[in-house]
Amino acid sequence: MKTDKLIDMLSTNLEPVDHRHPSRALIGAVAIAVSTALALMLMALGIRHDLTNVPALLSFGLKVLFAGVILGLAVVSLSKVIRPGGEGTVSLTLISLPFIAITLLALAMLAMSPSSHWRTMLLGNQWLECLLSIPLIAIVPFALITWVVRQTAAPTNLSRAGAFVGLAAGSISALGYALHCTDDSVPFVALWYGGTIAVCTLAGVKLGPRLLHW
Amino acid sequence: MTTAETDLKALMLAGLGGDGAAYRTLLDRLSRHLRAYFAGRLSRAGRPATDSEDLVQEALLAIHTNRHTYEPSEPFTPWVHAIARYKLIDHLRRSRTPGVHLSIEDSEAIVAENDDRAGAESALDLNKLLDRLPDKMRRAIRCVKIEGLSVAEAARRCGMTESAVKVNVHRGLKTLSRSIASGRQP
Repeated sequence: MKTDKLIDMLSTNLEPVDHRHPSRALIGAVAIAVSTALALMLMALGIRHDLTNVPALLSFGLKVLFAGVILGLAVVSLSKVIRPGGEGTVSLTLISLPFIAITLLALAMLAMSPSSHWRTMLLGNQWLECLLSIPLIAIVPFALITWVVRQTAAPTNLSRAGAFVGLAAGSISALGYALHCTDDSVPFVALWYGGTIAVCTLAGVKLGPRLLHW
Repeated sequence: MTTAETDLKALMLAGLGGDGAAYRTLLDRLSRHLRAYFAGRLSRAGRPATDSEDLVQEALLAIHTNRHTYEPSEPFTPWVHAIARYKLIDHLRRSRTPGVHLSIEDSEAIVAENDDRAGAESALDLNKLLDRLPDKMRRAIRCVKIEGLSVAEAARRCGMTESAVKVNVHRGLKTLSRSIASGRQP
């Protein structure tokens, strides 16, 4: 094929396009992913029943804040990395801040408690359930966001784009899990919420090059 | 800001708004830059320069089908450079070129040189590529992009709605671009 012929073809009957389309589609996908993850979590595990008392509500608030801040940062970064050349404009330091903050807070809580309590603070009652639920439920948001990125965008650093898809999916899933989870110590949240979201991010790094290729 | 950046960006913005003439000029100028860029990088990697026209066309298709991912408030050259480099790295990986290390380069590299060989031709066969598309996409592309019928005329001829024609043209070009990228081209 002659290159001139290709250029003719591409510029014939050219349609105008809207550059806001990828970001809008991404926000739509995230909204659907959040509702789906909440619904799945409520159906599979159910909501915790003590949300009327203050300590439970505070801990629930901390979990939502932690996952919500990560989700916000992930979506903003994702809307940049899914455009060609956008990988250079995201700050990895900024993304790590919520993780550093909750780790420091957890260490402070542990330091203030007798070491005999550490085991319970770190493992809670349901660490295994948390470890399994967050990555499993994250599969649905991961698939949804990946699909939208494939349809509307063109990332040029696929591992990094995959990482942010994983980070967003993990934090969406953690948001949902917070409605159910009654393990309320900060070290538990830091270890199991932070850890499982990190696992989802790592899965994104590994899967990105295969799933987001164009 | 270089003059290439200013000119190309203005053409791109007009193209995004639907100005076909400006867009044709843009693609024509980009094809010269891309040709020089790919030929230079391929020869440095010890690959035959004959592949370079395939890459030029693959990059043009990628630029076209992803033109909505260009953010008008950002400079244009780095966006084109990112696509060209992505396609180059992908090509080298597909052709299993061992031990190639692409040096870090400035995005200006993409507009640094021109190669305006007239009538350059790739090994890609448009008809074969089109034949592999689903029927609706192939017909929509033939009517609108090759025969130059208006969307309304194409809709009447193909028995589709106008928006279905547009969607099929867009999806068809995207599928075409992907099928070249995944190396299914004989």
